[in-house]
Amino acid sequence: MSGATLLKETGPKEVFCGLTSIVWLHRRMPDAFFLVVGSRTCAHLIQSAAGVMIFAEPRFGTAILEERDLAGLADAHEELDRVVKNLLTRRPEIRTLFLVGSCPSEVIKIDLARAAERLNSQFNGKVTILNYSGSGIETTFTQGEDGALKALVPLMPESQHKQLLLVGTLANAVEDRLITIFKRLGINKIDSFPPRQSTQLPSVGPGTKILLTQPYLTDTARVLKDRGAEILEAPFPLGVEGSRLWIEAAAKSFGVNQSLVDETLEPLIIRARKALKPYIEKLNGKKLFLLPESQLEIPLARFLQMECGMELLEIGTPYLNREMMKPEIDLLPENVRIVEGQHVEKQLDRVREKKADLVVCGMGLANPLEAEGFSTKWSIEMVFSPIHGIDQAADLAELFARPLIRHDLLNPTSH
Amino acid sequence: MELTLWTYEGPPHIGAMRIASSMKGVHYVLHAPQGDTYADLLFTMIERRGKRPPVTYTTFQARDLGGDTAELVKGHIREAVERFQPDALLVGESCTAELIQDQPGSLAKGMGYEIPIVNLELPAYSKKENWGGAETFYQLVRGLLKNHSQNQPDHKPTAWKSEGRRPRVNLLGPSLLGFRCRDDILEIQKILSQHGIDINVIAPLEASPADLIRLTKADANVCLYPEIAESTCIWLERTFGHPYTKTIPIGVGATQDFIEEVHKILELDFPTAKEEIDQSRLTWYSNSVDSNYLTGKRVFIFGDGTHAISAARIADKELGFKVVGIGTYSREMARQVRSVAKELELEALITNDYLEVEEAIKECAPELVLGTQMERHSAKRLGIPCAVISTPMHVQDVPARYSPQMGWEGANVIFDDWVHPLMMGLEEHLIGMFRHDFEFTDGHQSHLGHVGGSTKETEAAQSQTIQDSIDSNRADHLPCWTSEGEIELSKIPFFVRGKVRKNTEKYARQIGCQEIDGEILLDAKAHFKA
Ligand code: SF4
Ligand code: SF4
Repeated sequence: MSGATLLKETGPKEVFCGLTSIVWLHRRMPDAFFLVVGSRTCAHLIQSAAGVMIFAEPRFGTAILEERDLAGLADAHEELDRVVKNLLTRRPEIRTLFLVGSCPSEVIKIDLARAAERLNSQFNGKVTILNYSGSGIETTFTQGEDGALKALVPLMPESQHKQLLLVGTLANAVEDRLITIFKRLGINKIDSFPPRQSTQLPSVGPGTKILLTQPYLTDTARVLKDRGAEILEAPFPLGVEGSRLWIEAAAKSFGVNQSLVDETLEPLIIRARKALKPYIEKLNGKKLFLLPESQLEIPLARFLQMECGMELLEIGTPYLNREMMKPEIDLLPENVRIVEGQHVEKQLDRVREKKADLVVCGMGLANPLEAEGFSTKWSIEMVFSPIHGIDQAADLAELFARPLIRHDLLNPTSH
Repeated sequence: MELTLWTYEGPPHIGAMRIASSMKGVHYVLHAPQGDTYADLLFTMIERRGKRPPVTYTTFQARDLGGDTAELVKGHIREAVERFQPDALLVGESCTAELIQDQPGSLAKGMGYEIPIVNLELPAYSKKENWGGAETFYQLVRGLLKNHSQNQPDHKPTAWKSEGRRPRVNLLGPSLLGFRCRDDILEIQKILSQHGIDINVIAPLEASPADLIRLTKADANVCLYPEIAESTCIWLERTFGHPYTKTIPIGVGATQDFIEEVHKILELDFPTAKEEIDQSRLTWYSNSVDSNYLTGKRVFIFGDGTHAISAARIADKELGFKVVGIGTYSREMARQVRSVAKELELEALITNDYLEVEEAIKECAPELVLGTQMERHSAKRLGIPCAVISTPMHVQDVPARYSPQMGWEGANVIFDDWVHPLMMGLEEHLIGMFRHDFEFTDGHQSHLGHVGGSTKETEAAQSQTIQDSIDSNRADHLPCWTSEGEIELSKIPFFVRGKVRKNTEKYARQIGCQEIDGEILLDAKAHFKA
């Protein structure tokens, strides 16, 4: 591992829990439903994190525990069965139902794995019922996706074929684009996980080579490895360089001729660099502070430093998987501070002391920082926006340049 | 177990946060897991506030549960007191902490601090947000007034006369995340001062613990939002003999009644003439010929108790609408809402299930819905205009301009807010009729886009039809799109698609290219960015 300084911090945190992942997972798999078994707080959290964007009929809900459920556990299981039955009668189009564990359901030890098993036999193949934990005592923010995908892995059919599998939720347009590029390289057997329909699971097996598209899929990667798949080692496909190295990792593993790779990628790279230029002018030399939230912090920092010339004050991450992050950390400059965990007050003190030009943070912190004169970017935007791949590099940079541009427009004398 | 897709109220500790965040000098230590910190965004994003709520979360994790969570709690209390130096400390727990029974409130009290500490016990599995807010306010007031000379049984709301000063009252109940509270209190303050009545304390919004200790210096209390302040008002009456007002001054009639009630309590000389004629435009506007089309409009009302009840009176008595449905999610105010419904010969809908509300709307097919943000969405699906009158709210319910609901100006605001969606509905209808006139085909749309009726989908469809008609008239010299290019283009969000199409064609012409595929589109995108 290179010369990054890896630190740990404990204290009060300001990070969403894993339930939040539902907000994008339910859009990815429209035939799935996410039922949180939790409290009014859990229901309120997803509602608030979804930005009060009320969908026609949301594909998520909460079975809110009430006083009488806490009295006896047998009761809670019966109640859950009743709620699930009601839900599935109301919504016959649901094909996969995720029972999502929360802090309260874990503390009072409602066994959702058992509940899923029981319900599966009751619904007898019409609906698949799975479970995972999105609780805030076990998971942060994006780890919810890891849990959901991990729960799907046992259902993936077996395959011995040599194939490429992209793992992690992407915007559909971005995913199509990446697949087109791989096809140009002659990699034709290619699939993605999670699929766009929960029932159309891709296959996996010893011939499967996996490219992770998101950095927070630690557990999913592990169980896929257990199915015989190989996780290709690469940085994540953010920015021109990250995406190039990521694509090349697959090309190498599929024995694609390097000249074909160069021929295919070179025009894209030239075009992307050209599009990046105006943003680099804005970002170059600016001081960036990333507060821990989405686990995308390290790849983002790498792109913004390496390709956009930003100065990294600190990279916060809720959790650091050193093995998975190695290719990323190797690309970071010497002595970069990576802080795992959080003491939100002390981190904010450092943001002020080091006079960050741009702070990447959670939604609760952004406006207070803006009020102190800092430009900010919401972490959650990165998990919703199409930012992956060479073609998206300029769009990604723009997301960070925009707050700075706005700041300058509104405060023309301050620089 | 209760199945919910969306909820009107958060858990009770959110109510407590509303009180803590509304006040100055109060800090709240909340024993809660990390995910519960989402609550900050309610204040910093929905209210668009530049300050974090004064809350320290203990953010305990599963691995802490085996160990000493009590020590963890104490550590956070210590740090919070040192860092924020509050004048009063609230200590409580969220739903998960309630289950592990650390009793953070008692722990805090045992730590030997001088400042007042209020131990909040808010049962998370049976109560909700408004109840939590009311209970927190009440506990805080009671805690701070504990050592205050207990009985003033001889308290007279007319003391101001013998003391030779102006009468003064407290305004109780406004809080953050309450509907338009910020502006309501300005309006009420203005009205009272016009009648020679001073304000002693406004709380909880902007009040400090020291202000709460001064509450007893008022002659009477004005209960503006019973959801938050009624329990406190009742206690102040019982303990100190302070009477409080029951009328909520929303609408012209209610404002008039409110003024009369305050005068009666304070034994002030009754205002002789009704003020409304000079003060509010609602009365004249709804009498004017332009309002004829409002006659008998069928409205459905749903919201918190206070706003739903007020809305019914305005709709029925001041605008000449016909109320065809009314309900609330505030179980605490179910009785009052039921009796209003009865007067209107309706049955009140008391529910926390927005789907049930949507069903009820469908059932009575109103022409206007007055509801919360959720009814706004339901109404949009049903194609009915809607105005938002109550929490839970959205960033758009926190307008930059002055827009109270209470008092004379509040009545004006309400007239505009309710009547505009109806007019827009009319306009929308006309646009539908004239859709094929060329003037309307350049993407013109009514303001209803955000309020009801037309949805993004129809807008997209509309711009698609426009595009199609352009396509059929396409001049020969323009480069043409391959089907792959069209597919790429269709992936671009509809609201910028037109611009991208134009730019791409311009670019294609510049480079002398006749056929636009996906690559050209991306080239063009990059070209115009650079
Ligand atoms: S982005 Fe904001 S305004 Fe738009 S729907 Fe979401 S919450 Fe509402
Ligand atoms: S942190 Fe726990 S209790 Fe809070 S919303 Fe998340 S899962 Fe629910």
